[in-house]
Amino acid sequence: MDKITVEKLDLFYGSFQALKEITLNIPANEITALIGPSGCGKSTLLKSLNRMNDLVEGCRIEGSIRLDREDIYGDMDVNLLRKRVGMVFQKPNPFPMSIYDNIAFGPRTHGIRSKAKLDNIVERSLRDAAIWDEVKDRLKKPALGMSGGQQQRLCIARALAVAPEVLLMDEPTSALDPISTAKVEELAMELKKQYTIVIVTHNMQQAVRISDKTAFFLLGEMIEFGETEKIFSMPENKKTEDYITGRFG
Amino acid sequence: MINWKEKLMKVVFLAAACVSIAAVVLICIFLFVNGVPAISEIGVFRFLFGTKWKPANHLYGIWPMIVGSVYVTAGALLAGVPVGILTAVYMARFCPRWLYRIMKSSISLMAGIPSVVYGFFGLVVLVPFIRETFGGRGMSVLTASVLLGLMILPTIISVSETSIQAVPQSYYEGGLALGASHERSVFYTVLPAAKSGIFAGVVLGMGRAVGETMAVMMVAGNQAVIPRNLTAGVRTLTTNIVMEMGYSTDLHREALIGTAVVLFLFILIINLSLSMLKRKEKE
Repeated sequence: MDKITVEKLDLFYGSFQALKEITLNIPANEITALIGPSGCGKSTLLKSLNRMNDLVEGCRIEGSIRLDREDIYGDMDVNLLRKRVGMVFQKPNPFPMSIYDNIAFGPRTHGIRSKAKLDNIVERSLRDAAIWDEVKDRLKKPALGMSGGQQQRLCIARALAVAPEVLLMDEPTSALDPISTAKVEELAMELKKQYTIVIVTHNMQQAVRISDKTAFFLLGEMIEFGETEKIFSMPENKKTEDYITGRFG
Repeated sequence: MINWKEKLMKVVFLAAACVSIAAVVLICIFLFVNGVPAISEIGVFRFLFGTKWKPANHLYGIWPMIVGSVYVTAGALLAGVPVGILTAVYMARFCPRWLYRIMKSSISLMAGIPSVVYGFFGLVVLVPFIRETFGGRGMSVLTASVLLGLMILPTIISVSETSIQAVPQSYYEGGLALGASHERSVFYTVLPAAKSGIFAGVVLGMGRAVGETMAVMMVAGNQAVIPRNLTAGVRTLTTNIVMEMGYSTDLHREALIGTAVVLFLFILIINLSLSMLKRKEKE
């Protein structure tokens, strides 16, 4: 079943066209990896999926993106969209407040006030992000005192706390050391049971390790999309082959 | 040859740097040498906590002025801080660009208006307004507070706005990505992150309010008694000095310098707390 369908998506920054006629179906409960060299549009596409591109001045889109068949650029409330489609950023960005308040920020935003409920959500989110054991004794401590890897998993927990359906990850491990990276990857594979995950990565091994589907982008166009195994073993397109074998990028 | 020039310039730079330090040191010496003996002659306790300031009868209690300064400064903060912070938030995060330009330049203009002009404005506009609305003579704690509240706005706004602008965009985006509205992201993620900078702006504004003289003198009434209510007149430490300096002699004159010592200590405390804040922010 497809969770997100992108159809003939053109995206412009002013007069520059950053995405050209992208058509892509993102299946539910799988990990879809977006790969390609810098500036190919993969992050742009990711940010279109929860409308974070709205923040960029002069950004304009044509075509459609549907979440469960509902056009996200139509009547849908953008805040509600972002509740359903969570995001983890390239650089861990915990808020300058306690670990607890970081996680509780989202639920509080959506109207949950009861202490018991919040406690419950905080614990469950931290457990789901596999970081509960590391932080359970210092929930009231500032989140910025954690290591980079912990901060990133905290951000994942924070995204999970609002019970999203889709999780977008924008190069979530590029600022992390190998051990933290492994933890985040493990986590992503665990999370796909409950969530649909779209991940942008520069690391092709990462795409091979964790993703089910891979889309390869080049200069704003989607060159190839398919099963990860197939893309990396028998790519149909010459450009894909050149990229994954390291001939450019 | 080059070496010789370099050495000379080093001396020039050093001398330039020393000017401001020397000025502070000299002011300190002047204040304490002239003020402290007078304070001890009057008696520290009677000087600081005496409620009667009657130089003709050799009564030099500055308690009414200390209270006056505290009242007026607190009033200025009550009036100026909420408006200032909200303006800064608006400018940094809500305001359309064309309006931002207008606001920015009017605020720097506001900072440059001489205080006597503020005083005139207070005298002509605020004093009658307060008199008609709240009663009393119009020259009062309330009037001085409102006027000072206006005068400290540029300080609070520009410092707060800078610190709000300096908050990483990632906090704001993190808020939005969780489904928070623009307003919620600004007030609950950006603003807390700018907290210490905003506080520094408030403390700076406070320093300005404590030290302001001319405008306060024109609208405060200047009675040297502890004001009983908001519409009563008030005299601050600064106005006490400037009103009597012209004709005072001997102990009276030195008591005024003693007043300046107290004022100096006020400012010193404010500056110390500011630098402590900055250190805390760095940590």
